[in-house]
Amino acid sequence: MATAWTAIASTTVGSGGAATVTFSSIPQTYKNLIIKVSARNARTDVVAELRWTVNGNSTSYSNRLIQGNGSTVSGGTTATTLFYSGEINASTSTASIFGSADIYIPDYTGGNYKNVSADTVSENNAASAYATLTNGLWSNTAAITSIAFYYGGLNWEQYSTFTLFGTNNS
Amino acid sequence: MSEMLTNIEVNCTTGEVTERPLTAEEIAQREADAAAFATAEAERVATAEALAALKASARAKLVAGTPLTEAEAATLVI
Repeated sequence: MATAWTAIASTTVGSGGAATVTFSSIPQTYKNLIIKVSARNARTDVVAELRWTVNGNSTSYSNRLIQGNGSTVSGGTTATTLFYSGEINASTSTASIFGSADIYIPDYTGGNYKNVSADTVSENNAASAYATLTNGLWSNTAAITSIAFYYGGLNWEQYSTFTLFGTNNS
Repeated sequence: MSEMLTNIEVNCTTGEVTERPLTAEEIAQREADAAAFATAEAERVATAEALAALKASARAKLVAGTPLTEAEAATLVI
């Protein structure tokens, strides 16, 4: 039987932007979560990190990544206070272009530590666009009930869209 | 006047969408998270750049026929 995706919730940032986008009271009735992101941040740079936390928690995260930006490839370990899911477009990248990300969160209600993966790209009609593969671990056994995307004190720009899906294995 | 930072919250059970200003505590937490991330990321980038420099030096020495350091050789031979 094909895996069914159910759109749980979606939101698009309005004029003026928003510093945080939160999915709360996530139903505990699915097996996995998938988040589709199309976003642009107000940071004064070509790209900004796609950062997020779960359950309002800022501890016990670890992240590994491999990343290319058109000229160099790098990898490594980063961030302990949040999930890092690559680089999306920021304010000095080509206007009206948004970065995109696919985030996968398997077994989000289970009693094990929570691992996630993401593939993320920044689109840019110029040099210096990023492609990043990340995996992250939240060393906590709690079920995931909320997810918040934020970049410090800077806004997600208007038309940034975050959509949460639930899937089951059968 | 500083820009007001807001939180768009989607209640996935009820479908209700609310937008409210971030509290001072939330702003402080986000700034602390961002600072911690910046520190970790700076370390990662520095490590990656040092490795790239080591590889470049190793290549240059190979081409020139000069001896490599142990660290340079380690970037070429697994």
